[in-house]
Amino acid sequence: MVTSGIGADFAKPTPPNASDKRWKLVDATMRRLGHHSRGLIESLHTVQETFGYLDEDALRYVAASLRVPLSRAYGVATFYQFFTLKPAGEHTCVVCMGTACYIKGAPQLLSSLKRELGVGPGETTPDGQISVLTARCLGSCGLAPAVVYDKDVAGKVTTPDLRNRIAKWKPHVA
Amino acid sequence: MSPEELEQIAESERERQSCFKHTVRVCVAAGCQSCQSEAVQSALEKEIAARQIPGGCQVKGVGCMGLCSEGPLVSTNRGILYQKVAEKDASAILDALDGDPVEELVCRTDVPFFERQTKIVLENSGNIEPERIEDYIAASGYSALMQVLTEMTPSQVIEEVSKSGLRGRGGAGYPTGLKWSTVAKAVGEKKYLICNADEGDPGAFMDRSVLESDPHRVLEGMLIAAYAVGASEGFIYVRAEYPLAIKRLRIAIKQAERLGILGINICGTRFSFRVDLRLGAGAFVCGEETALIASVEGKRGMPRPRPPYPAQEGLFGEPTLINNVETYANIAPIIRNGGAWYAKIGTEKSKGTKVFALAGRVNNTGLVEVPMGISLREIVYDIGGGIPEGKRYKAVQTGGPSGGCLPEEFLDMPVDYENLAKAGSIMGSGGMIVMDESSCMVDVAKYFMDFCMSESCGKCVPCRVGTYQMNRILEAITRFEAGQREISQLQELTDLLKSTSLCGLGQSAPNPVISTMRYFADEYKAHVDGHSCPAGICHSGDEKDEG
Repeated sequence: MVTSGIGADFAKPTPPNASDKRWKLVDATMRRLGHHSRGLIESLHTVQETFGYLDEDALRYVAASLRVPLSRAYGVATFYQFFTLKPAGEHTCVVCMGTACYIKGAPQLLSSLKRELGVGPGETTPDGQISVLTARCLGSCGLAPAVVYDKDVAGKVTTPDLRNRIAKWKPHVA
Repeated sequence: MSPEELEQIAESERERQSCFKHTVRVCVAAGCQSCQSEAVQSALEKEIAARQIPGGCQVKGVGCMGLCSEGPLVSTNRGILYQKVAEKDASAILDALDGDPVEELVCRTDVPFFERQTKIVLENSGNIEPERIEDYIAASGYSALMQVLTEMTPSQVIEEVSKSGLRGRGGAGYPTGLKWSTVAKAVGEKKYLICNADEGDPGAFMDRSVLESDPHRVLEGMLIAAYAVGASEGFIYVRAEYPLAIKRLRIAIKQAERLGILGINICGTRFSFRVDLRLGAGAFVCGEETALIASVEGKRGMPRPRPPYPAQEGLFGEPTLINNVETYANIAPIIRNGGAWYAKIGTEKSKGTKVFALAGRVNNTGLVEVPMGISLREIVYDIGGGIPEGKRYKAVQTGGPSGGCLPEEFLDMPVDYENLAKAGSIMGSGGMIVMDESSCMVDVAKYFMDFCMSESCGKCVPCRVGTYQMNRILEAITRFEAGQREISQLQELTDLLKSTSLCGLGQSAPNPVISTMRYFADEYKAHVDGHSCPAGICHSGDEKDEG
């Protein structure tokens, strides 16, 4: 196994909120990879899976634990599209923008969302209820256009479908 | 684990399955899963538990059956395929096990979509349960690995793969045998193996489907490759966007470890190999091998100049073999049946079969595996069932953002690496998107350029700035604000990017623009001179494009 020459003087950083048990999951991933800098991406995956997004405290903690400069952790977190530095809304609506979905009407779905919710891709409604996101390609091209509502993938989505589904999420709209 | 023990597992699995007179297979790959196929599966199971079926009946959750557009798909062992099955259909399907099939659900299998395919990579997809290693073993799984470990030397393995004529299925088409022998000859303290499952092309889902339907096939291919090149550790770099594929790979690795197929001294030989997953995080550039290596090392996925090639200096500075999912998936059948058998399929320079993800404006969308050399017309019109709503074919896009759009005149061209390149496109990883008259080719070119612009890693200037400039010009054209000057600028930029970018992303980014300018010049002309979009997609004015 790879070791990274951990110095005797190396003090293990404490998680941003030590009482939060969820940090144990993050620690487990870092330990599995020997606290080596090459485990950075895997560790960030665990943080995002556990907390939903990567905030500054989390980045500082992971960077310190793996002994990489914060700039590198930040660089990696912002380089990859999958990582997000902002918490998502209560519900997420991911519109696939793959080629098949694009030519089968994904841009129209996005503009309908914009009309309905007033937010574009990467944005969350001001009440924090719904986030609109885009995906490069979900690989559900056979069912284009595809949309992921929270975790459910729906295929052959039409604008009325989308509107109905979103309406269910909106608590009380007059 | 010895060959005898493997045979025993296969035997007892076959025996177990022969206890059932009937087998009902439900597709639980991602496509059908998003149409609630799991609910269908549990409805069937519940129904079977509630009634006595003479001879017994088992329900299998299997991988992709191909025709994703008609899912959820269910098949019975009398060769009947049902489409668009809902929970409520469970009892009707079970009633019909011995009698006539349920008329209104039947999906005909005597149509070109099924008959024209040649299945090698997908031979088990739709038949076996991806989450049970025993089922894979019963379908001759891991027998090629046994053969390799007990009867062949590494150089014999490489020779067999070279003889097959297999070329890299990730897109570039580099001869696999040659790559393997380079890594085998390279000197290093340790050698690594990587499986590129970062299927970043929008419009391609072959690798995902193979991983979800038959993950052990990929592991077996990796093991054989590792033995041949002398690698002891491997990574599967898979997109985080494919949770089901990740889950099934994790299960497959655990099962193989438990049986001693992965690990130390595999099958009592001196060969040891372990595999771990690394999740991609959504960067198209990581399909480029040096960028992928950087990402596995936990860094930003930025490419570096080659040479040195990864075969000499790859992961952690050691010799590394990188192949794509589909390439590894071809290995076991090649060993089982011999390289000469594989070389008989396909064309002179492109051997074997290719899996294509057929999507877009075509009636049958889904996954198809066809011999190399088949014509585009056969794929689009026979297998794909033509264009819906009686519209006119306009183009087929292959190779994703690095490929091109092929117009009608190429419909009868045999599909292989050389022909596609000659026509201005590439084989790519196998995405095939059909477009009809409702698509605007300038808009499609802009779509891909926008993609390349945001996926450019930013390391080299021609790609970082060039894709931005090209995208701006294309945006201006689609808003009818560009003239001849912009068109010639666009042409200049295509040459610049092609010849000066650091990696494949930048070098191939202009391809969609070049091919659409070449074959659909009239559409560009209509936008520039006539200020109109023949397909009615582009609009002038303030409405800015998002994305």
